[in-house]
Amino acid sequence: MKKLLVFVALLTLIAFGSSGLLAQSGRELRFCLRSEPKTLNPLLAADDASETVRYLTGGVLVRVNRLTQDLEPELAASWKITNGGKTITFQLRDGLRFSDGTPFSADDVAYTMQQLMDPALHSPTGDAFRSSEGKVETQILPKSRVRITFPAPIAGLDRLFDQVAIMSAKSPQKEMAVLGPYFVGENKAGSYLILKRNPNYWEKDPTGRPLPYIESVRLDIQQNRDIEMLRLTRGEIHFINSLDAEYFDKVAAQDPSMAHDAGASLDSEEMWFNQVANSPLPSYKKAWFTSTNFRRAISEAINREDLARIVFRGHAHPAVGPVSPANKFWFNSKLQAHLFDQKSALQRLAQEGFHLQDNVLRDHDGHPVEFSVITNAGNKYRERMATMIQQDLSGVGIKLNVVTLDFPSLIERITRTFDYEACLLGLVNDELDPNAQMTVWLSSADSHQWNPSQKTPATAWEAEIDKLMRAQASTLDPKKRKEDFDRVQEIAWQQEPFIYLVNKNALSAVSPAVHNAHPVVLRPQVYWNIDQLSLTNEVARNR
Amino acid sequence: MKWARTAAIVFLLVVSAACLLANVIAPASYAHQFRDEPNASPSRQHLLGTDDLGRDRFSRVLYGTRVSLLLAPAAALLTSLLAAFIGGLAGFAGGWVERLVMAGTDLFLSLPWLFLLITVRALLPLNVSPIISVLITFAMLGCLGWAGAARIICADAGALAQADFILLARASGSNGFRLLWRHLVPNLKPVLYAQFWISVPVFILTEANLGILGLGVAEPLPSWGSLLRELESFSTASAQPWQLVPLILFILVVSSFHLVLSKEELPV
Repeated sequence: MKKLLVFVALLTLIAFGSSGLLAQSGRELRFCLRSEPKTLNPLLAADDASETVRYLTGGVLVRVNRLTQDLEPELAASWKITNGGKTITFQLRDGLRFSDGTPFSADDVAYTMQQLMDPALHSPTGDAFRSSEGKVETQILPKSRVRITFPAPIAGLDRLFDQVAIMSAKSPQKEMAVLGPYFVGENKAGSYLILKRNPNYWEKDPTGRPLPYIESVRLDIQQNRDIEMLRLTRGEIHFINSLDAEYFDKVAAQDPSMAHDAGASLDSEEMWFNQVANSPLPSYKKAWFTSTNFRRAISEAINREDLARIVFRGHAHPAVGPVSPANKFWFNSKLQAHLFDQKSALQRLAQEGFHLQDNVLRDHDGHPVEFSVITNAGNKYRERMATMIQQDLSGVGIKLNVVTLDFPSLIERITRTFDYEACLLGLVNDELDPNAQMTVWLSSADSHQWNPSQKTPATAWEAEIDKLMRAQASTLDPKKRKEDFDRVQEIAWQQEPFIYLVNKNALSAVSPAVHNAHPVVLRPQVYWNIDQLSLTNEVARNR
Repeated sequence: MKWARTAAIVFLLVVSAACLLANVIAPASYAHQFRDEPNASPSRQHLLGTDDLGRDRFSRVLYGTRVSLLLAPAAALLTSLLAAFIGGLAGFAGGWVERLVMAGTDLFLSLPWLFLLITVRALLPLNVSPIISVLITFAMLGCLGWAGAARIICADAGALAQADFILLARASGSNGFRLLWRHLVPNLKPVLYAQFWISVPVFILTEANLGILGLGVAEPLPSWGSLLRELESFSTASAQPWQLVPLILFILVVSSFHLVLSKEELPV
């Protein structure tokens, strides 16, 4: 009996304890990071976890509204680009303070720019501003203005500042003093981070109440997606920012109100052929891969609708070209995804001298058309896509061998030895501006994957793309830039150096306890408006 | 436990027969994608449902079992022969030869197997058919798995070389090869036999591990490794329990291989 009483007392304690915890949970937003942030210095953030912390803590001069994709003022009340795109002048808001109380001034912007452009720091954010050799000059002007001059024009210059978290020049806390909605309150390495509400955050809601609404954000480090899912369904975390199609369907099956499909994202999955002139491939295969008709035929022989429907369970769209329809301004809406048409594919192949013999496609010299596609091992979506493409291509008599390689071996083959025939990979795209794709489209660039680092463009169409990409980067007229980049998309659509397959949808899961969550396609999908989010308890308290 | 051994043998024979007759039994090609029925539940047409790409799971289990069940013993045979040759010779020769060979064996044992396999797999030519790729995978397993067995065989051969009957044979004028072939090898057979049966499930498991890492048998050819990859997500498997059939079959087959070994054949 005594033991029973102790047991009941313990249960009561646990019950009270957990109710206390639940009461607290209304003030704390919780979600998981897939890995530990590699750095808390916002200028060095390159991995997803560090970028999450930067987004939640860093104050920026201007911010891209993830919903409208427009640029909005933040720490800067206004800004102006002059001097042919070389100079940007910011009018800063007055009376702002860092999280530790240090006043914010133009000195901090100058200090941040100096740190950002310091070659010794190797800031990945700073790389976007390094368009040419030369010094970046920052001038502090009267009336809270600051002018930054770059050695060469940078197209889309103002949008780049969305990534630059302003650091304090004077605070003893250095990078831990922030201007964003939260500051790092606790960091237990490998386990969790607790971000606390910044009492000096500048923004207020329309009723004059200081933002953000939520007192703290707990970021638990959790690599296992099954556990993350389980925690969401148990109510231990409030959202999963990005889900794959399989997990998304599981969430939708359990509670459809939690599952959010924001539509096609900026990310794409694509396949390309090795067109490197000195690659160790037989000359007849090089001739296939450099033939536009061959690439177009392969593209038409692939059923993109099936890839989206089966591999991504309907949570993807057939891709059109280098720009996803999610990119509202830059997408060339005249273009359509290539249709699945194996008859047309065979006609194109016939134009190049290919013919079917006993259901095997042969070139004009009689070589059977067989090639391999490499992809990274462990990515089941890509492996499934490759297997479906294998069956699609068998419909036009082509034998495709699917090879999965560990990532370092794959990178070695596509960047150094060029000992591969075709490759299937994806492109994760965070940037809306086409300048972010310069390294892919310039024929001299390292990431011009099908034939990188060319001394002179190998084809006329690559020369035209070079010209157009340089032209759009050197003008500030958005209309002219759009025209040039539309033409780049047309050429890419016609020549298909990359065979774009699908654009994955932006999928997320959000607990109904989170209010004002509007998941979008741009990262960070769920918490892009973190300062506007509130939790159920919080709302109840406000009422 | 004789009944268990008999049951294991019968089970292995039934499974072997079923997968050898896969061409007759399987209701569909292991590669055919029924694209209108991905992730289908079990039905008359698809006894174990279909996988993510709409391929008939029952057919894939049959063909996958055939691949793993035929090639794992082949790899085990290769390993046992290599181990017999290297270990037997070292043990019989003794002295510095034994020390040198065993030092090499220890070095081989210290290599990280999985990384070695991944590296070797990455160096292989890309344009090989799935059949060739599966042969290469198991040949690699066979070539890399001899070291542990060689140590045991070396120790056994060393002990046998000092045995009275070998001394008697030497005294009767038997030369090196005759001694090895007529007297030593027949006495090493039980150890070799045990090593063979132990290696079979080890190779099945290793191929499954490679398959789970996506580095096993190339698509669309199924193997137990690729079939077990479907179980990566626990929540999927618990919602669709018929996906567990390859795992259950795998456990039963590996257990049967262990039961097949008699008590005397089990290594000490």
